[in-house]
Amino acid sequence: MKSVFIRTTINGKTYELDVRPNMTLLDFLRDELGLTGTKRGCEVGECGACTVLMNGQAVNSCLILVPQIDGQEILTVEGLAEGEKLHPLQESFLDHDAVHCGFCTPGMLMSAKDLLDHTPSPSEEETRAAISGNLCRCSGYQQIVDAIRETEDVRSQKSK
Amino acid sequence: MADKHKIIGKSERRVDAWGKVTGRAKFAEDYTVGHQLWGMVLRAKFPHAKILSVDISQAASLPGVEAVLTAKDIPGSKTFGIVLKNQAILAEDRVRYLGDGVALVAAASKEIAERAISLIVVEYEPLPVVSDPEEAMKPGALVIHDEKNEFVHHKVRKGDIEKGFAEADFVIERRFKTQFIEHSYIEPECVVAELAEQGGVKITGSVQNLFSSRRSVADALKISLNRVQIIQATLGGSFGGKDEVMTSMCCRAALLAMKTGKPVKMVNTREESMLESYKRHPYVMYYKWGARKDGTITAMEIRCIADGGAYSSMSPFVTWRSVVQATGPYYCENVKTDVYAAYTNNNYTGAMRGFGSPQVNFAIESMMDELAEHVGMTPLEIRLKNGFENYAVTATGQKLNHTVSLKQVLREAAQAIDFDRKWREYRGVKEGEKKRGVGIACSYRGVSLGAEGTDAAETIVSVQTDGSVIVSSGVTDMGQGAQTQMSQIAAEVLGISMDRIQFLNTNTSRVADSGPTVASRGTIMGGSAAKNAAEKVRATLLEVGAEMTGVEIIALDLADNYLIRKNSMERLASFGELTTACFNKGKPMIGLGWHKSPPTSWHEEEGTGEAYFTFVYGANAAEVEVDTGTGKVDVVDFVSVHDVGKAINRGMVIGQMCGGVAMGLGYGLLEDFEIEDAIPKQLNFDEYLIPTSMDVPRIKTIIVENEDPAGPFGAKSVGEPTNELAAPAIVNAIFNATGKRIYEIPATLERVLLGHKLSRSGKRGSEQKNSLDSMMVESCKNRGEKG
Ligand code: FES
Ligand code: FES
Repeated sequence: MKSVFIRTTINGKTYELDVRPNMTLLDFLRDELGLTGTKRGCEVGECGACTVLMNGQAVNSCLILVPQIDGQEILTVEGLAEGEKLHPLQESFLDHDAVHCGFCTPGMLMSAKDLLDHTPSPSEEETRAAISGNLCRCSGYQQIVDAIRETEDVRSQKSK
Repeated sequence: MADKHKIIGKSERRVDAWGKVTGRAKFAEDYTVGHQLWGMVLRAKFPHAKILSVDISQAASLPGVEAVLTAKDIPGSKTFGIVLKNQAILAEDRVRYLGDGVALVAAASKEIAERAISLIVVEYEPLPVVSDPEEAMKPGALVIHDEKNEFVHHKVRKGDIEKGFAEADFVIERRFKTQFIEHSYIEPECVVAELAEQGGVKITGSVQNLFSSRRSVADALKISLNRVQIIQATLGGSFGGKDEVMTSMCCRAALLAMKTGKPVKMVNTREESMLESYKRHPYVMYYKWGARKDGTITAMEIRCIADGGAYSSMSPFVTWRSVVQATGPYYCENVKTDVYAAYTNNNYTGAMRGFGSPQVNFAIESMMDELAEHVGMTPLEIRLKNGFENYAVTATGQKLNHTVSLKQVLREAAQAIDFDRKWREYRGVKEGEKKRGVGIACSYRGVSLGAEGTDAAETIVSVQTDGSVIVSSGVTDMGQGAQTQMSQIAAEVLGISMDRIQFLNTNTSRVADSGPTVASRGTIMGGSAAKNAAEKVRATLLEVGAEMTGVEIIALDLADNYLIRKNSMERLASFGELTTACFNKGKPMIGLGWHKSPPTSWHEEEGTGEAYFTFVYGANAAEVEVDTGTGKVDVVDFVSVHDVGKAINRGMVIGQMCGGVAMGLGYGLLEDFEIEDAIPKQLNFDEYLIPTSMDVPRIKTIIVENEDPAGPFGAKSVGEPTNELAAPAIVNAIFNATGKRIYEIPATLERVLLGHKLSRSGKRGSEQKNSLDSMMVESCKNRGEKG
């Protein structure tokens, strides 16, 4: 298969490379770039473990082909913290015990970031709706919902 | 004494969570080794067939293919199994379910491996399938293994049921049915197998029970245990599910690695995972109770049949828990319980959170409500009348010598949801599209393995010269937080903060065989061993501290990262100074902690025994809203109450409760791994529906603590009890709302509606097929009612 050339920004870093056009963004992140924080759970867009942000919007990376990210900006869980300083959402997940096995966590964090970036003080309903595409078998969701809604820094930051 | 704890009982951050929020944690699929090959499995084409021939020649000659293996190539044992060794690593002459593997490929890439798989030619002679366990047990049924299909029969006997039924004023007799459940860990199975430097293999993978998997790999390769090293990768959920399915994957990858001399990675797609992995046992349960008008139960006769599927797996243990707990925590002098498991060509069934209790609890707690109905009591009153108290004697003849908090948890749950008032109010409502109802359910549950098996575990606490600590254990963390609890226990004993502790994932070559992390034994077994280990190091540290400071040992303590004088809290040395001194004196700062559970007993023939060394108690209450037009059930409120002995980590206990309820809600309302004529119908999350954030209501969690001397700091267990009560609480609430009882879960739209229609004739859906409109027949079939 003929490869295609793409230019993209991933976690703030610019990449210019030739890619196989039938490769999913999920495979690209994990296998080509070694960004294994993004998880593979179903590959049919149902579990949300592979959620990343594309231009600030949560998408299932298993449903995106790499050529589609040409010219776009991608953020994965690895890009959330600034160096060793965790993003407030990450801190909140730790404080609320919202991380059990942790396999859904990267995807949850990305869906949560999309939510908080667009809806600074989400209601419980809005929060539940925002993560309804992210399956978690461990937590029963409650601590995750609480963690997202009680990420104070993000809320104050956003409402400025 | 409780307030004295600095770390125990607090919601400390998990020791393994930082890596999980940063993406740094390495789950099995995140491991890549240079020059690794892709391993792949060719699975059965029929659920039951003879294998006449396997031709691998074309596949083997494909460029990029490095090995193609069949059962013939296994040097040692071709089968494995924890009780009955009858599960095939690769099927040799017969396939027994669709998930069976027939051949293996190792190739340079996934694409080549896929190609090679498609080039293997297998000739089969299909056999009739056996897909109903009750049929499978009948004389003359096609036999799936060597002898008869019935491979488990456990019993419990107490008193004389004939006498009991003679004393009864009335008898209630019902049949209940439950479904297959997929564990639905979000991480699919994966391993990487590499050759070890001095022979043997090293396997890193999503393995739950490392030691049983190791044994099987060693047997298959015909090498000693010390040449098989299995390292647990961070596990993306298991819930009992990453045991045998991982054992076969470990064996397969190890065989391929040995054959090719190269590292081999194997990853299941979700479809492969659902097709191959074992499920929760479906049960058919016949319950017959005799009772008096005042609500006293005079006799219980119980018969359960579990669908074991193609292999025995954990069935003997799972069904044993069912037989022990089948009467529920209720007084009854005359009991006869029989639990069977039979082979079919369905997916094999094994361990899943709850382990044989969710099924019987659904039946018991439904029966309890029916009894209440008969005698004109509320569901709460009938449970308070019949429920166990301190020193109660169970159906197996065991006297309960711990704090029996059944009534305490029941009252807490009832109060939190305002049970009796709502129950009476909702019952009277006849009008309206949407009807509300409340339901309650409770249980007692034996802690740890009980008389099921040898119960011992090791935890190692190793203090470094700078005062940091490494803990490791043979008890594994699957996401439930065992590592954090063990760390908290070690930190408490050593008087240090949690940030000093690093926990290592389990490695079979570095810690002793500690049995399986099943039966919610993480806290009580791993935790007790951690306490034991830390106490050994503590003793050494205090001894050195006494030498260092000239203060008597009994006047010293360790707290807040310091060696202190007990009375004045005066800080004498930092923990780091103390450990350095210890090192300089050549004292061992490593503690090997071992914990063996108190004795239990079981008499298989008499059906009696001291089944478990202690029990836990829980109660759930649910409020539902039923749309009588569509049959849709919404859970609008939920209360979960559990006596955990002592909460080592409150946040984690709450997390277990919420997660357990969500899974139980799926069990009661949504989930059904349908298998029709031994062919699974759903292989991914687009069709197999587990609860989402929209399905699970806010859950009120109430932790009850009656410390139990059997556990570390009084702690017992919480993982599984939280999962075993939601379904009956919900089903009972549906009855309160609609006046119709569900005898088969999940309570899907159709079942809630069919209940309506069929109540006039009192027949089951399957017997009524012809008289129903075609849509109903379809939906009924789709939900597997005809099996
Ligand atoms: S892996 Fe993409 S949604 Fe499941
Ligand atoms: S924490 Fe395990 S799936 Fe969400």
